[in-house]
Amino acid sequence: MVNDKEVDRGKRRFLIAATSAVGGVATVGVAIPFIASMLPSERAKAAGAPVKFDISKVEPGMLVTVQWRGKPVWVIHRTPQMLATLQLHNNRLRDPNSNEPQQPPYCKNPTRSIKPEYMIAVGICTHLGCVPTYRPDINGAGLPHPWEGGFLCPCHGSLYDLACRVFKDVPAPLNLVVPPHKYLTDTMIKIGEDA
Amino acid sequence: MKRLVDWVDERFPLTATWKQHLSEYYAPKNFNFWYFFGSLALLVLVNQIVTGIFLTMNYKPDANLAFASVEYIMRDVRWGWLIRYMHSTGASMFFIVVYLHMWRGLIYGSGRKPRELIWIFGMLIYVCLMAEAFMGYLLPWGQMSYWGAQVIISLFGALPYVGNALTTWIRGDFVVSDATLNRFFAFHVIAVPLILLCLVVAHLIALHEVGSNNPDGVDIKKHKDPKTGIPLDGIPFHPYYTVKDIVGVVVFLMVFSAVIFFAPGLHGFFLEPNNFIPANPMQTPPAIHPLWYFTPYYAILRAVPNKLMGVILMGCSIVVMFFLPWLDRSPARSIRYKGSIYKLALVVFLVSFFGLAYLGMQEPTPTITMFARIFTVGYFAFYLLMPLYTKMDKAKPVPERVTFHGQSAAGTHLSFEPVAERVAK
Repeated sequence: MVNDKEVDRGKRRFLIAATSAVGGVATVGVAIPFIASMLPSERAKAAGAPVKFDISKVEPGMLVTVQWRGKPVWVIHRTPQMLATLQLHNNRLRDPNSNEPQQPPYCKNPTRSIKPEYMIAVGICTHLGCVPTYRPDINGAGLPHPWEGGFLCPCHGSLYDLACRVFKDVPAPLNLVVPPHKYLTDTMIKIGEDA
Repeated sequence: MKRLVDWVDERFPLTATWKQHLSEYYAPKNFNFWYFFGSLALLVLVNQIVTGIFLTMNYKPDANLAFASVEYIMRDVRWGWLIRYMHSTGASMFFIVVYLHMWRGLIYGSGRKPRELIWIFGMLIYVCLMAEAFMGYLLPWGQMSYWGAQVIISLFGALPYVGNALTTWIRGDFVVSDATLNRFFAFHVIAVPLILLCLVVAHLIALHEVGSNNPDGVDIKKHKDPKTGIPLDGIPFHPYYTVKDIVGVVVFLMVFSAVIFFAPGLHGFFLEPNNFIPANPMQTPPAIHPLWYFTPYYAILRAVPNKLMGVILMGCSIVVMFFLPWLDRSPARSIRYKGSIYKLALVVFLVSFFGLAYLGMQEPTPTITMFARIFTVGYFAFYLLMPLYTKMDKAKPVPERVTFHGQSAAGTHLSFEPVAERVAK
């Protein structure tokens, strides 16, 4: 038996600490693959990849739908007249200043877009997930008066303006979602990825 | 037989374990109605494990096959409907039993020193149970499964900086998808149950180390038989409480069967009608609310206008319960000897908890939200002000020994002392 006096306690403590530290590092190292395995796989990433779109194809006043992650994404080319209507009805909107985080920070502005004339939004009603209908016709049939152009959800009558902001007294609680996007060139956008 | 037992005992502490946890585990003799729910929780746990194993034999954790495989179990597998209803009803019954068990701990101060760890293990079991219920609910892949999971996982997105990355990591995809279903299946059938079983063992070991509390909240180990060392107010768990618990089991099974056979969905409380529609990522159901056992916390979440604060407050509403043993400063453990302030606070808590549970099932209107805020304040006030009001409160003197119908057991004809002594000899 080793005598207590002969035990180098300092050395023993050092060895315990060193072994624990190395063991700890190894444990963390082994944990990494397991944790990383839970991240989206390559297949999931490919399916959810950003989508490129040439906005010059969209004529003024028109709406084109692009698919991104299985959702309809609208690209709307707003005319100067359309943009002018956006300030007319702030008092009739639920969230005129886009305070709810329904858009990336760089789209928290009166037009809810990077370039005022191009509105990009996910075309899914925030009420029950229906796809609203584009109604740019001013004071058109089946719409409330005054109507400066916007969207009408066919399911439960929710109304949005041309910046996809929701009106008061409709079932939908929130403005439509603006997806993350960025301009690669002057006319080419990438939906699903920002700076 | 005796020789066989001896042979085992020399190699494994079979008889010793039996004695330590059953035949010579001395529990207070004054247990009442509220003491049924611990053993019932164990019964439901066994029910969930057994029915769960049989369900996995036919269930397919695949987004394209899951919904149909559940319908297959319901229609084509022999007795599949019974096994599934036992499992789905068992989930709700588990929460009923556990809530009553926790209520017992609350009114009799069962978590107070020296039983803090029993309470903490119990709270961890409760958290595991919530995780288990939440993940299990995704598996049928119905509309409520899908959108419930979508909403709850999105809650983590409220956390600053890591929120979005964290939700993607939990889902394994950018939306709730096949990857999410597959991993929830893995967690639901193996990971969480393993943790749950370990915690149940820890809960019981801690309980048997310090001994059970009782409706009087007095320490039965203070008065022991000088000869045998057995608490004078203790009776062996087996056969006294095993027999008592069997009565509880019979009554419980009557209720359990009534639900399974006559109202397996319990009017939308145990199984929601929307969940009989296959999951559709393109269409949100008309109203999303969780099953009844989560609604108090869901109401707290909705009561706060800020998303992050709502998530934090909802988390706190669970976390605060862990501290219960230290929040109560009353000299008396049991409600029997606590003063009127505590009883009033308990009423406020009950009203708040049931109020929140009800409000969590309703569509949010300004009135609903206002009441949810009032009840949220009531809920937190009960816990956070407890150190103050339990100190101010005037507790009655706590008796030395346990009582029976309000009478001291010692020296009355109702005394059980001879029983304990007889068994000890």
